[in-house]
Amino acid sequence: MTPDTDVIVEQITLVIDGFEVTVPKGTLVIRAAEKLGIQIPRFCDHPLLDPVGACRQCLVDIEINGRAFPKPQASCTIPVEPGMIVKTQLTSPVADKAQKGVMELLLANHPLDCPVCDKGGECPLQNQAMSNGNPEMRLDGVKRTFEKPVAISSSVLLDRERCVLCARCTRFSDQIASDPFITLNERGALQQVGIYEEDPFKSYFSGNTVQICPVGALTGTSYRFRARPFDLVSTPSACEHCASGCDLRTDVRRGKTLRRLAGDDAEVNEEWNCDKGRWAFKYVTATDRLTVPQVRNENGELVTASWPEAIAAAAAGLSRGAAVLVGGRATYEDAYGYSKFARVALGTNDIDFRSRTSSDEEREFLAARVVNSTTTYRDIDKADQVLLVGFEPEEESPIVFLRINKQFKKRALKVTSIGSKESIAVEKLSANFVCVQPGQEAAAVATQELTAKSVILVGERAAESAGLLSATAALADRTGAKLAWIPRRAGERGALAAGAIGNLLPGGRPVADAAARVDIASLWNVDSLPSEIGRSADQIVSDINSGKISALLVGGVDPLDGPNPDATVAALEKAFVVSLEIANSEVTKYADVILPVAAITEKSGSFLNWEGRARAFETAVDSLNRSDLRILSMIADELGHSISLGTVANAAKEIASIGNWDGATISTPNVSAASAHSVSGDQAVLTSWRRLLDLGTLQKGEENLAGTARRTVAVISPKRAAALGVVDGQLLKISNSNGWVMLPALVENIHDDAVWAPRNSAGSQLLANLGVAHNSVVTVVKA
Amino acid sequence: MSEHIEPMKKKEISVNDVEFAQIEQNGPKNLFTQMQGFWVTFATMFKKVNTVNYPEVKEPTAERFHGRHQLNRYDDGLEKCIGCELCAWACPADAIFVEGAANTDEHRMSPGERYGRVYQINYLRCIFCGLCIEACPTRALTMTNEYELADETRAKLIFEKDDLLAPLRAGMLMPPHPMYPNTTDTNYYKNEIKSSHPSQEVSN
Repeated sequence: MTPDTDVIVEQITLVIDGFEVTVPKGTLVIRAAEKLGIQIPRFCDHPLLDPVGACRQCLVDIEINGRAFPKPQASCTIPVEPGMIVKTQLTSPVADKAQKGVMELLLANHPLDCPVCDKGGECPLQNQAMSNGNPEMRLDGVKRTFEKPVAISSSVLLDRERCVLCARCTRFSDQIASDPFITLNERGALQQVGIYEEDPFKSYFSGNTVQICPVGALTGTSYRFRARPFDLVSTPSACEHCASGCDLRTDVRRGKTLRRLAGDDAEVNEEWNCDKGRWAFKYVTATDRLTVPQVRNENGELVTASWPEAIAAAAAGLSRGAAVLVGGRATYEDAYGYSKFARVALGTNDIDFRSRTSSDEEREFLAARVVNSTTTYRDIDKADQVLLVGFEPEEESPIVFLRINKQFKKRALKVTSIGSKESIAVEKLSANFVCVQPGQEAAAVATQELTAKSVILVGERAAESAGLLSATAALADRTGAKLAWIPRRAGERGALAAGAIGNLLPGGRPVADAAARVDIASLWNVDSLPSEIGRSADQIVSDINSGKISALLVGGVDPLDGPNPDATVAALEKAFVVSLEIANSEVTKYADVILPVAAITEKSGSFLNWEGRARAFETAVDSLNRSDLRILSMIADELGHSISLGTVANAAKEIASIGNWDGATISTPNVSAASAHSVSGDQAVLTSWRRLLDLGTLQKGEENLAGTARRTVAVISPKRAAALGVVDGQLLKISNSNGWVMLPALVENIHDDAVWAPRNSAGSQLLANLGVAHNSVVTVVKA
Repeated sequence: MSEHIEPMKKKEISVNDVEFAQIEQNGPKNLFTQMQGFWVTFATMFKKVNTVNYPEVKEPTAERFHGRHQLNRYDDGLEKCIGCELCAWACPADAIFVEGAANTDEHRMSPGERYGRVYQINYLRCIFCGLCIEACPTRALTMTNEYELADETRAKLIFEKDDLLAPLRAGMLMPPHPMYPNTTDTNYYKNEIKSSHPSQEVSN
């Protein structure tokens, strides 16, 4: 539980095993004992789940004011009281005998298959059977057996005979994730964990049940039988997938990442993470990695080159006037490297980290309101209302969803979502759903009533509707509510702080401000910095196509993520492209120089999550690959403008010395909203978002995870369904002048003018197929 | 006077501080004394020989001699190893490397769910203590009496699964093949499978 500093909690003193301990009122006896360092064995108890007293392993003797309970009590369900005297297994033979008895009963049906069980070696049952169990088993009947293993989803397997019915998994799914797809079926000796036949355990958070299972009943398909705990070398790491910023533990065996577990950070992810963070790590090894530099020769073929050759070729090409596109996946330090490289080595502010649909309004909004934003998870905990604008928490930043859900479960936190389609998360949070035509969110935002304790969470998709970010900032100003921008990619907030954008230098310093430029120029040891505000990603692409820019430095960008993939590809074909990549991509196809870089597991660094909190990680796998900034340093040296960022540690030190900008900031944009689309007949306004599990590049090579992705559907309103004569499951064709997609229909709560489809799922890659993804008129017909 | 004696510092000790003992250098002994010595050699020629002409002649080892390991099979040819790595865990010399994998109906190497996909013993590290044998829960790993393990390269002394697996005896079939019809891994474990079933030949 998060300690709330505003409320003073009454303290209670009790005696455990002869030691006095003072704890806040409401603390459970088992937790008070932990404070003394007394370990009471337990299975069902979990500090973040409601107490249930299911396993009965934590029995202790309790006496209150001289009156003793007649029998040992479960210490995980009883809160402390004044005058309580607790005797655990250490001082009470009765409690000790009771615990041993419970353990014997738990083991009566538990198979002795530790050698083949994935949990063996890190199993609470194994450990506590050793520490608090009888060495001899008195029962020698036939143990209960079930068919095994049962796949409750493609990524989680269930071995029912190992289950001790602690209900941790079912409580997690119900209380934390609000995905009650698993439950305890049957009664008595036949009780077992199960799923409803037609509904597999398709939760985005299912991996957490595997981690909290105190026995080997739930195991991950991908890790099954792969290793033993003592084989693994663990490295603390940070998740590279979304901006939630989960603390992770990466377990590596002989240079290969075998699994990732959620780390324990009470301020951020508590003890949870999402399935993508847990299981999507094979992209590093699944794709053909680039290992050596390649340079395009006179015949237009890519040939292997030595590093000095490739660096020289890159420098020669870039010296003709280049722009920089760095995707939102770069680490903070790497983004800083790109930012410094653009200014010092290329002498330009033409850099943009937004490899997605973006706008100039957004750029100003980021500079004015986001780069210095201090809104945190803690503000969500304390909020009286949360407003979601262009943001789908469960799909785009799952830990933010868990945090909102926690407060919703605890105190019915009011949530309002402004959008065109009611989502599963909106339903789970019983949110007030404000339904508008796609592109018309700004008007709805302007009418919201919030207080100074409210939190506005605005997503990166807000940039797709003109005027929305201006209206959101105006709402925050009018009501005093806290504002936070939550991008989808892990590196965006860091790239913004590092100045990997045309209008900002590192530390939120405006490019247009002469004092800010002098600040950074003196730090970087250069005479001056370019003063013209840089081009945005869209402008860079169009100026390459019109011949104004001749070279492009690209790091980790997928042209299919942008608003106009054809134009981006044309620009890549036209310009001299230097690509820093881990594997072959759409960009390397057209690149003139390809320089291989280290993947996340192979380097150290940090990300800034949406709060701006640094999430540092260490090198987990040894490799010869180098971080982007090392390679940029080499090119800069070749260009004769050294950026001296040889190592990640150097860059981190330099970043730390920058400090915050205390001068004037860029003013908040004030863009007015576009007028509504008028649609008639078969026309509809397209809206979409990316699902957590989709065709993303970082999810390659993990089929088990892909199996739990949500169904690809096209969502239309009941009115439109009636007009088209379509029912659930019938095929719909969504088309425009660029192309079409054909998807099964799903009739749901969506604006009558709108049609929704996932942005990048199997069968529905909107940007590739239609060239648009949101706020654009398409034709919807029955196929 | 100070009561304790200062220890002598290292540089203060020199060669001259060490006493030399005189070694007596006597002249050659007389012939009789020399013949006495040769007599021992001569007499031994007529005694029973204790050594054998290794490698032409080889003596059997003690019955429980700790020699090269062997990965055993059940009587129908399926492997006993379940890839649990307990041997690797027990090994004090870190000589064993195991990687488990899941059996499937199409590709079954052992009864039950799991088999050892990779099994290596590094005989450069192995100290033949036999703790791995004690740790093995299925008696898959035992030791043979074979001791001739010398080789020319280091790589050759890392034995792979193929080198360690027991040969197929009569009635055994080379896995992968399905389990004996209507049995479970428990039947296998209890040694109730005595030979392969004709239907098991239908392997993929």
